[in-house]
Amino acid sequence: MKLIQRLGIFFFLIGLIAFTAIPFFGEYQLSEDQMTSIVKDIHREEMRSILSPMFGKEYSSSFAFVGEYNDLMAGYNDVLKAESKWDQVIWDDYSFPLAKAAVISPIKDSPELFLFLSIGLAVFGGLLYILPKYKNEPTGIKNNGVFHSSMKNKGWLGMLTGSYLILFYVMLYWFPAYLVNLVWMVEPISLVLSGNPASQWFLYGLIYTLAILVMGIRMFRKYRGNRYQQIRTASVMFFQTAFAFLIPEILVLLNQPYFDFKNIWPLDYSFFYDYRIESLTQSGAIGMFMLVWGILLIIVGVPAFTYFYGKRWYCSWVCGCGGLAETVGDPYRQLSDKSVKSWKIERYLIHSVLVLAVVMTVLTIANYFSSFGLLGNVTNLLHSFYGFFIGSAFAGVVGTGFYPLMGNRVWCRFGCPLAAYLGLVQRFKSRFRITTNGGQCISCGNCSTYCEMGIDVRWYAQRGQNIVRSSCVGCGVCSAVCPRGVLKLENGPEEGRINDMPIIIGNDSIKVNA
Amino acid sequence: MSNSKHIVILGNGIAGITCARNLRKQSDSVKITVISGESKYFFSRTALMYVFMGHMKFEHTQPYENWFWEKNRIDLKEGWVEKVDFQGKELHFQSGEKLAYDQLVLATGSQPNKFGWAGQDLKGVQGLYSKQDLELMEQNTASGVKNAVIVGGGLIGIEMAEMLAYKGISVTFLVRETGFWRNILPEEESELVGRHIQDHHMNLKLQTELEEIISDESGRVRAIRTNKGEEIPCQFVGLTAGVTPRIDFLKNTELQTNRGILVDSFFKTNIPDVFAIGDCAEFHEPPAPGRNKIQQVWYTGRMHGETLAHNLLNEPVPYKPGVWFNSAKFLDIEYQTYGFVPSDWSDQDYNSFYWEHDSGKVSFRMLTNVENVLIGVNNFGFRLRHEFFDHAIREKWTGTRVIENLEQANFDPEFFAPYIRGIQGAYAKEKGLNLKLKKRSFIQKLFSAKL
Repeated sequence: MKLIQRLGIFFFLIGLIAFTAIPFFGEYQLSEDQMTSIVKDIHREEMRSILSPMFGKEYSSSFAFVGEYNDLMAGYNDVLKAESKWDQVIWDDYSFPLAKAAVISPIKDSPELFLFLSIGLAVFGGLLYILPKYKNEPTGIKNNGVFHSSMKNKGWLGMLTGSYLILFYVMLYWFPAYLVNLVWMVEPISLVLSGNPASQWFLYGLIYTLAILVMGIRMFRKYRGNRYQQIRTASVMFFQTAFAFLIPEILVLLNQPYFDFKNIWPLDYSFFYDYRIESLTQSGAIGMFMLVWGILLIIVGVPAFTYFYGKRWYCSWVCGCGGLAETVGDPYRQLSDKSVKSWKIERYLIHSVLVLAVVMTVLTIANYFSSFGLLGNVTNLLHSFYGFFIGSAFAGVVGTGFYPLMGNRVWCRFGCPLAAYLGLVQRFKSRFRITTNGGQCISCGNCSTYCEMGIDVRWYAQRGQNIVRSSCVGCGVCSAVCPRGVLKLENGPEEGRINDMPIIIGNDSIKVNA
Repeated sequence: MSNSKHIVILGNGIAGITCARNLRKQSDSVKITVISGESKYFFSRTALMYVFMGHMKFEHTQPYENWFWEKNRIDLKEGWVEKVDFQGKELHFQSGEKLAYDQLVLATGSQPNKFGWAGQDLKGVQGLYSKQDLELMEQNTASGVKNAVIVGGGLIGIEMAEMLAYKGISVTFLVRETGFWRNILPEEESELVGRHIQDHHMNLKLQTELEEIISDESGRVRAIRTNKGEEIPCQFVGLTAGVTPRIDFLKNTELQTNRGILVDSFFKTNIPDVFAIGDCAEFHEPPAPGRNKIQQVWYTGRMHGETLAHNLLNEPVPYKPGVWFNSAKFLDIEYQTYGFVPSDWSDQDYNSFYWEHDSGKVSFRMLTNVENVLIGVNNFGFRLRHEFFDHAIREKWTGTRVIENLEQANFDPEFFAPYIRGIQGAYAKEKGLNLKLKKRSFIQKLFSAKL
């Protein structure tokens, strides 16, 4: 390894250590005024008395602060719950905004410095490591040493990385109050972009985007000489940066609703929730446009684009989850399970999630139009259930945390309801297929090994059969790693797309169907 | 023909396994046993290099999951056969076990050529063919190897070179011919590959042969000497000067053999109910004009297997290979060929059109006969469609028609540089023609790599 790359790893690790240590800095002291400005009007009086022991008190750590907050809230709520006074229970969790207001730390004082020391150094180090890769080597894709690598073949490095990611997601989704220092660190950027203070979601969005950008540059290096991979990667980098990150923030700056123009229901499962519909319908022409745009994407965009190009137009060119999988997740693509058994599990699981999302949404809409007479608050419970298990645990914790364990498309393959919808169109009504080049396959297995969706590509290729599978996201890596030029992603006439009775060219004695 | 007969296939390479699979597809009742001492489960031999380089694990080279064989009632028997009792229709294993058969399919494959070089059996000297060879190579290169010499510039040689380079071992090639794989490739293509090998900092010694392999005190290779008297220090020697049928245990039996097991066009040997397919079979007559009597290619093994499976259960048909094709990869450069392109030809018999991209890594050759009818193509560094050329060669397209329609043959991924355009332009210029070509789409023009 070159010196400069070693330096890169060094800086990256410093950044990572700083990032991990930052939440532990500082003290916490909450004033009554801070509390008043944060909690909702209806809770103000109760909260004042519940939290009164905390006002002005110094806490040496987030654990002490959040711990006491939780104790006090539980003490208040438990009594009400025991008396079944459900409507008086304070369900809102104010721990994050209170902790954010209460923290006194060097990070809050000079966020730019700590941003540089953590995320900045990690990005810088990552680039130092990535840019010199494959320098002075002839172009060509090399998966050298992938299965000899502890990071990429479920060794201790991979396990450590997976554990770290899982921990990060758990903290982010369920314990953000412990991350307030990290959020303060990105406050100045949020203020510039949207004019609003940063939330944990802004922090997440920023890291997510930077990760896609840095690892996207790695893709340019790794797949040099492969224009399809490079353009596709540029596309996910663009859509993440512009559509998922910048445009929604700028919309907020312009007093418009936060809106990601490329996020589509049912991946965007809350699209039809009443508060979102209301926010759009109350935002004038632009809000209406957003609503119509979102619905058009679902009923026209998905089928039409998928008919012409396959689901790849979304999954490996536009989608944010796909964008992360294709860049940050690329080193782990070979870890997906290729067995027929996992294919079976995949089909049950992903279609169940689709059904769940559809049922939930239909009930939500029905409830909305019946002015909540139909089901009352049941849809809220359904929303919490889906948000917790599917939206957070499956898509986030498992979806990304399991990259180093089960490959980079766990969510997209087993869980994403939009992928299921796109997949149904792709399987039954599309011009997209992966064409097998006659009889040239040598069954080497590179295609199957590097298929992130766990498709046993070779099974088809060695029969001269085209690959038409609902799960294929069209990343094109099977074609890229094939040593014999056997696979090509193509859009073509529907006729002959699925060649059920393939004939391997070259044998004139007999014609054998696979 | 009895359908509950016991067909025993000796060898689980692509030929034997294709035969077994096709037998089961066509008959539910026939009893099938596949024997291998090398590996219980079928794996793709061509992928061994990727295991060495960490691209894959060995299990990834197995095209079928382990349950596949039991589900399809194909019995897998591990063991080495020592002797065949052709009279008693029985196989004798080294372990002392015996196995009776009704029909026997010999698909024993190949082994690396060794031409009786001095020192060819030293430690650190080996060929690469089997799973055991791979394991041996892992041992042989585990430590202390800085320099390696590869004897023979063919497809296995280039694979071995890539494997050694992965370990940071510096490679010297000894090639007997005037260029790399020059006995197969025309001069320009051979040079193109040779340049690419040198771009990878490998040392290519042309017109050089191995004289002897020199041992150190421990019986391990220390150096080699070439026929030019040069001594090259090395701690590993790869012998990749071709392969030869692996039939030692069948020699000097009543089975007729030459270099391989002699068969007719129905894969029948001189002994009833004994057949041979794949690398180990040698046809009495070439199966088609221009073909070798021994075919040691993945694709032919597969065709042998499927044809014999048909013959064992149906009215037998003679083996009739169609239009030739092959492919390989030289480090980063992919190669495909369709039809017949010899290494040398006379201008009186054939016209050759050759195009090479400025990068020197991409090329196309089209050979036509004196009537400008397509005979074959070679393509390097880009991909062409098998179906297109199979059709064009059968239908005797003219060279000009092939070039005009070449866009249909493009098999490169989307947005790749339009090499086809370069070829068409060069052809039109050379022949003084005005070709009618389809316009490229705006998107392609905007995003695709430039020529």
